[in-house]
Formats: sequence, structure tokens, C-alpha cells
Amino acid sequence: MKVLVAVKRVIDYNVKVRVKADNTGVETANVKMSMNPFDEIGVEEAIRLKEAGTAEEIIALSMGPQQCQETIRTALAMGADRGILVKTDDELQPLAVAKLMKAVIEAESPDLVILGKQAIDDDSNQTGQMLAALMGWPQATFASNLEWSGDKATVVREVDGGLETVTVNTPCVMTTDLRLNEPRYASLPNIMKAKKKPIDEKTPEDYGVDITPRLITLKVEEPPKREAGVIVEDVAQLVDKLRNEAGVI
Amino acid sequence: MSALVIAEHDNAELKEATLNTVTAAIAVDADVNVLVAGAGCAGVAEAASKIAGVAKVLLADDAAYENGLVEPMADLIVGLAGGYGAILAPATTSGKNVTPRVAALLDVAQLSEIVEVVSADTFVRPIYAGNAMATVQSNDGTKVMTVRGTAFEKAAAEGGSAAVESIASAGDQGISTFVGREVSKSERPELTSARVVISGGRGMQSGDNFPMLERIADKLGAAVGASRAAVDAGFVPNDYQVGQTGKIVAPELYVAVGISGAIQHLAGMKDSKTIVAINKDEEAPIFQVADYGLVADLFNAVPELEEELTKAGL
Repeated sequence: MKVLVAVKRVIDYNVKVRVKADNTGVETANVKMSMNPFDEIGVEEAIRLKEAGTAEEIIALSMGPQQCQETIRTALAMGADRGILVKTDDELQPLAVAKLMKAVIEAESPDLVILGKQAIDDDSNQTGQMLAALMGWPQATFASNLEWSGDKATVVREVDGGLETVTVNTPCVMTTDLRLNEPRYASLPNIMKAKKKPIDEKTPEDYGVDITPRLITLKVEEPPKREAGVIVEDVAQLVDKLRNEAGVI
Repeated sequence: MSALVIAEHDNAELKEATLNTVTAAIAVDADVNVLVAGAGCAGVAEAASKIAGVAKVLLADDAAYENGLVEPMADLIVGLAGGYGAILAPATTSGKNVTPRVAALLDVAQLSEIVEVVSADTFVRPIYAGNAMATVQSNDGTKVMTVRGTAFEKAAAEGGSAAVESIASAGDQGISTFVGREVSKSERPELTSARVVISGGRGMQSGDNFPMLERIADKLGAAVGASRAAVDAGFVPNDYQVGQTGKIVAPELYVAVGISGAIQHLAGMKDSKTIVAINKDEEAPIFQVADYGLVADLFNAVPELEEELTKAGL
């Protein structure tokens, strides 16, 4: 089987983001960028399927500016076989990404498409679900375990009250949650090898997809600041303050 | 046009998140309908009909919806969408699962976790784990969104008298099957609706130490949560997780024990009314958002806290 994994280039999770002074967005100049952590989990899951002999080929797909190639290289260094970059400097919203992914799927016919459950920049948590809808495929979101049996996939999902297990027909879309696996680090030899792996460059126009944003961001602001409080001396004082000052216990 | 709220329930009980979503819906459109889709869920529809401000309840009672499978749910909602200018669901795992599927089938955008309704087409939503707030306008004919419960008051659960209208099932294409559910059993309140939450972080060192927090929780009627670090370390299950990638909570009192205060954790709890932090590292970022900070080894402080609460008659 063939696996397509989506990898998004986002501001590194350790960076404290700053809102731009003109309130048009957040500062991205000279900021460390990395692969979305949930997508790393997706790449890892695909590699494990290959190592188990279930998957034959893994394609890493990214969309956005030229630098997204670095994100694809990271996936290739982890163990993906080849990459596809859909290059654009325009804003891409989840619905547009899902439409572009649909076009890629029509060209590549993967059996399983893995995405992170959400990207840590826009926190949308939409693209996998939207893609499944456009394909008419089932969606196994927020996955913490996958068992592949050819024409079916059994997925354990992280839901509010605990865990839920569903079986979905294949091909299908799966989105990853934290506990699916622990992604590996790419070794130096594999990083070198990844430089020789092919990356196909495309544009939204190649696929004839309209990527015009549907949502208009009017402004981006800092959230209201929370004032730091007081340091209490000991537990007794803490309980006293909670009881008599805050009145919460 | 009207607004349609997708009710959150388990066929027996209407979940409170529905009430917050109704409040958001009323801000978008005064004419609010609620969809209750499930199996044997007439009681839930009855409860929904009493929510103040709800004009009509649509009841789709069919085996296809018994376990909330997303594919048939989305087909049902899409079939109803023509009559509505807005479709809102709570930002729960089920709401987040179904709304993007509905939006894509309608060829519209989806707005995730709105925290404010500015006008019928403009909303505020957090991005970058709540480190920035985006004001976003949608020009789509149908606005499809999820609602962050902690950002809206609950609509009154009593006082309404909406009609309940049974609607036809949209069937099940059979592309997915429900296998089972493993519900975490707890006598304590749910994290997202608890008045008090006590959470442990990496500083707890092991899952074996969480009973310490549970004893405090039982004294305060609190829910027990955890940071992502504690979940990643395998101390507790993922459904304990408070943060950007877990649950968003805003209780009256939030007690963070052995939690450093990573950005992604703060995103899940910084709207709590009163925040207490217990950490032995006085430089920990959690102290920057805490109302009351205690710099102490939690293995001394937590048992002491239990004693003090007992002394205080709790």
C-alpha cells in the first residue's frame, strides 16, 4: 500500500510568538520554523507501517513557500521515500489545502492519507476532516492506535471521555493524536541520503484549484494579559487566602 | 435565516457544552434550533426543548446516529443546512470531528473554537495556542463553526418551551463502523465543567503519585487534570490533558502542581478565575499567570495542603 503524509511548516513550538505591531498577523521573520509536531507523528506512523512490511511507499506532501522543501527534507530524512511540494506564496486556508490534497490524491492514489490533527499555528483542526469529506472517504481522527488489514483500518481515537474504536473502509484519512507514537530523530547518514531523494514541485495552478481564502483576517491582537499575583509563604497562608480573599474554597 | 446548534449528548443526557453553544448561537441569530441526533434520545430532545432561547428542536432518532459516527452525522447536517445561516457545535472532540466535514461538503470555510461573536459574520478565535487572537470575517452563505464553551455563559437549562419536531434519518453509507468505547470511569466532575481543577505535571514524577492530587480533589469537589508533559511521560491517560492539544478549562479555581507552565499548557487554563501554582522552581513561567504561588517541593506541600483543608473542615 501507499501512504501520503501531509507535513506543514510552522513556527517551532518552543518559540514565543509575537503579534506584529500593525496587527496584521504574527512575526515570522527570523523565527525558527519546524515541522508541525502532529505531522511528525504522522510521518513516524507511516515509517512504522513501511518497516512492518505493510506500506511500500511513503510520499511526504507540503504546501506553501519554497522553504517548505526543508520540512519535506526532514520527512525524507526520517524515512519517507519522496516528496511533493505545492508551491505558493499566497495564504492557504484549510479548505484550499484539502482541495489541493484531493488533486494530489487523484494523481497518486494512496491507500492511506495521514495528517496531524491540528497545526500549532492556526490551531484549526480541520484539514483531515475536510479532505475526507471531499473524497467521500471515512475519517479516523485523533488516532492513538492504528491496525491495518488491507480493506479495513481499525483505529483507536482519543475522545473527550476516554477512547473510542472505529473500523473504517480504505482508502481513508487518519489524523494523529499525541499518543499514536513517539517520532524518531533523523540520523546524520539518513539526513545525507534524504538530499538525494526526489521532490516534485507543483503549483495550485497545475491542479486547477482555486485557493482564494474564504475567511478574511481583520486583525490579530495580543490576548488580554494576566497580572502575576503574589507568592505565599506557606500552605496555611495559601488556604487562608483561597478561603478569605479569593473565596473559592 | 436561523442558527442550528448540534447538541452534544450520550443518548441519555444533554451535555452542558450545548448550553454555552446556544448562547453563542443566539448572538449570531435570534432564531435558534437545536439538532439532537442519536438513538433512543427523545429524553435529550425534551431537555433541549427547555433551554431558554431555543425556538425548535429537531430530533433525528435512528440507529445510524447511536454512537455519533461522524460520516452519517455529517450527511444529516448537510441535508438540513439549506435552512440555516449558521451551524454551531461545541468545540468538543465530536464537534471538532464533524463540523469541518460538514463545511467541506457545503464548500464553505469553518471557524474553529470561536470565543466571541462580534457580529453575524465576524468572530474572534485564538491562534498560536491563544498567544494571539484573530478577528475573522466569513462571507460564506452558511457559517459553520465550533464554539469554545469556556468563553460563553451557559444558556438557562430551564424556561424554554420549544417544539420538538422529528426529522427523517439521512441513513448510513456504511463506510465506517463503531467498535467500542472505553469511558474513563470517575466519580469526580468532568474536567471541562468542574468548578475546581487540580492538575499535575512532570514534577509529579510518576502516575503513582497522582492519588495525592485525587485526595485533594475529593475534598474540593474538583476534577483532576494533567499537563501534556505528564501525559507524554505516561503518568495519566490523554483525556486528563489540559492545554492547546487537550482540553480547555476555565474553572473558578485551578491548582497547578509540579507544572512549569509551558505555552501549550497555559493555553488550556489561563482563563481560570483563580490560579494557584505549586512548584519548587521559582523561575517557572506558571508563576507569571498564578494569583497565588507557592515555591515548595510538592511532595511536602501537597500532603500539607490536604492536612490544612481537613483542618478547615473540608
